[in-house]
Amino acid sequence: MDYTWDFEVVVRNFPVLLRGVVVTLELWAIAFPLGMVLGFVISLGRVSGKPWLNTPAIAYVEVFRNTPVLVQLIWFYYAFPIVLGHQLGPFAAAILGLTLNTSAYCAEIFRGGIQSIATSQWEGARALGMTYSMAMRRVVLPQVGKRMLPAFTNRAIELAKVTSLASILTVHELMYQGRLLSSTYYRPLEILTVVALIYFILIYPGSYLSARLERKLALRD
Amino acid sequence: MDTLIRIRNLHKRFGDLHVLRGLDLDVRRGERIAIVGSSGSGKSTLLRCINFMELPSEGTIELDGKLLGRAKDGTAVRTYAEDELCSVRERVGMVFQQFNLFPHMTVLENVMEGLRTVKKADKQAARDRAAAQLAKVGLSDKVDVYPAKLSGGQQQRVAIARALAMDPEVLLFDEPTSSLDPELVGEVLRVIRALAEEGRTMLLVTHELGFAYHFADRVIFIADGMFHEVGTPDAVLKHPGKERTQAFLARFSEFTF
Repeated sequence: MDYTWDFEVVVRNFPVLLRGVVVTLELWAIAFPLGMVLGFVISLGRVSGKPWLNTPAIAYVEVFRNTPVLVQLIWFYYAFPIVLGHQLGPFAAAILGLTLNTSAYCAEIFRGGIQSIATSQWEGARALGMTYSMAMRRVVLPQVGKRMLPAFTNRAIELAKVTSLASILTVHELMYQGRLLSSTYYRPLEILTVVALIYFILIYPGSYLSARLERKLALRD
Repeated sequence: MDTLIRIRNLHKRFGDLHVLRGLDLDVRRGERIAIVGSSGSGKSTLLRCINFMELPSEGTIELDGKLLGRAKDGTAVRTYAEDELCSVRERVGMVFQQFNLFPHMTVLENVMEGLRTVKKADKQAARDRAAAQLAKVGLSDKVDVYPAKLSGGQQQRVAIARALAMDPEVLLFDEPTSSLDPELVGEVLRVIRALAEEGRTMLLVTHELGFAYHFADRVIFIADGMFHEVGTPDAVLKHPGKERTQAFLARFSEFTF
């Protein structure tokens, strides 16, 4: 191979990529907490044992888990505004799609965590006269946080990567900026290599810290 | 003495399994009842129906003269509102075979929990009351320890303190010593006996027939979900009139020396 790598164009346009990084972080920092909150609410329906809450919660989760994220994002950008009767900007559509998608996975993590707590814990709480929500809040949830940490770390990492699909909706995040530079300067190899490297630098510290936190929590037992 | 719990025609089914087959029972205030029988006879299910850990399939339960639940139109099934069940459970405490302590709370926090969340006691009052209960079961030196660090016998005593802290009118013991090593059984039974002397209404499901004999005013031998023989400890455990009770008791004395 006699390809000559030339990173000069990347260096010159680095501020453009950095602007993309900011938007990527915005997508992630908005969609992940929202997705967790929404996912928690959905998981409460999922574990409630009441069919009128349970059935819609299952349907919601299955729709988002069994269709491609890319299709969901495009759908929220192009089709949803027609249903809504109001146009959504690319950023808003991306946030909506990413949040709902990630909430479905978060709901499953919460459900798994809550259901991993033995019935005897519920009974211990209920026998004192605690309501369902007291038992959930005081006895069940405090015990599941640690168990769910690895799954949520995974989800956070997954979402950070999936934000790159928002480039399809012309959201000016990192991947979009990379593709834009590639088609302007015809140096896709150098540019995408650096883009990949930036994603790694963004995501790896998170996985590293959470692995350490997990070890620390495990030691505390 | 007045009747605290009145049970009529209590049935419990798990699918096709008919566990309780029409039980009637009056528990007088201050009475101590021991329920004995083989595993699978329905004795734990009966106890768990009294504080609605299991909902009765049919029949009625009255607590202190108040009929619980509402009849579902035209059937023998009753439905129970959550707030009613919570207030019943506040008055009818339970001690489980597996203790069911909260592992993420210290011993003291376990005992305070019901006082704080259910009784809405302020922190200091809850702390004082919890400490007093723990003193009563002989665990004052373990208040800041997590349950996992305790022996089974100590855990069960914490569970008893936790139930007692709520000052229930009735205490239900569901095989409280069945999961304990034999040498730890005594410390738990001594605590239960001390409570018996306070005159609290108690129902005890147990395999410790010797303890049942000394503890109870009345013994119920349950078989196939029905009361087979009911009477004083002397009548049921020493001079059982029915063959099946005799056979059950014979199995306990098989290996005495």
